[in-house]
Amino acid sequence: MTLVVVTVMPKKGVLDPQGQAVQGALAHMGFGDVSDVRVGKRIELEIAGHDPAGQATKMCEDLLANQLIEDFHVEVPG
Amino acid sequence: MSATRVAVLRFPGTLDHESAARAVEGTGGEPVYAHHEDAALPAGTRAVVIPGGFSYGDHLRPGALASRTPIMGAVRAHAADGGKVLGICNGFQILCESGLLPGVLRPNASLSFICRQADLQVADSGTPWTGGRNEGEVLSIPFKHHDGAWFGDPGEARVVLRYAGENPNGSIDKVAGISNLGGNVMGLMPHPEEAQEPLLGSVDGRVLFAALLS
Repeated sequence: MTLVVVTVMPKKGVLDPQGQAVQGALAHMGFGDVSDVRVGKRIELEIAGHDPAGQATKMCEDLLANQLIEDFHVEVPG
Repeated sequence: MSATRVAVLRFPGTLDHESAARAVEGTGGEPVYAHHEDAALPAGTRAVVIPGGFSYGDHLRPGALASRTPIMGAVRAHAADGGKVLGICNGFQILCESGLLPGVLRPNASLSFICRQADLQVADSGTPWTGGRNEGEVLSIPFKHHDGAWFGDPGEARVVLRYAGENPNGSIDKVAGISNLGGNVMGLMPHPEEAQEPLLGSVDGRVLFAALLS
């Protein structure tokens, strides 16, 4: 079994209202040095069999990310 | 002659199937429910409605999981044969995620759930979906959504309906509803099935169901 970590982030240039809302809250709390916040997802997959990173990439293309608005990154830690 | 049979799709989390079925009936059609695991549409299906709700709890992205179910393979084949498909709210999100319509629905710019009556301007009178209405005419239809901001290239679709006045949700080009270039697949965030009875304030949603059955 191999752990594969997929990160899905809103594409640069696509409005991220969630990131903006978080940034606004941080500024209110005194964290005024934050110039940008983007909120994405981390998906952990336990994959059996051959080429887990390749399988995860296919999953991203087919379901896990919508490439109109999101970028993904596949990583096999360790 | 028997009534036109219309498949009304139900996924886990679909909410508005009864209103959609009632609107089909009110238009003279025969609604038949079809479920996410069905590999085929009910025999004799002439048109498909994908109602609103929160299929699969909106997990991952609204409509993403529903769009990969077996019934959507059957809907894709139906649309490829020129059959009519109407996706409302979550149904619109499912159509975009399935690739039957271009673009994607993103969270409202305000991040708020918005629920109110809306004026929608007919932006393209050349599709069947607005009946004989001229461009610029207004339909009054309610909407209720959190993820209603359409993001995509308007050149890849026919923009059928736009929000009149202020942009309520950050949708590109104030898009409220689009059809595919062929005109047989229509998706919109507002709820025409809730604008069928004078008692509820508007009957402007009837035109979309009439188009579905025509």
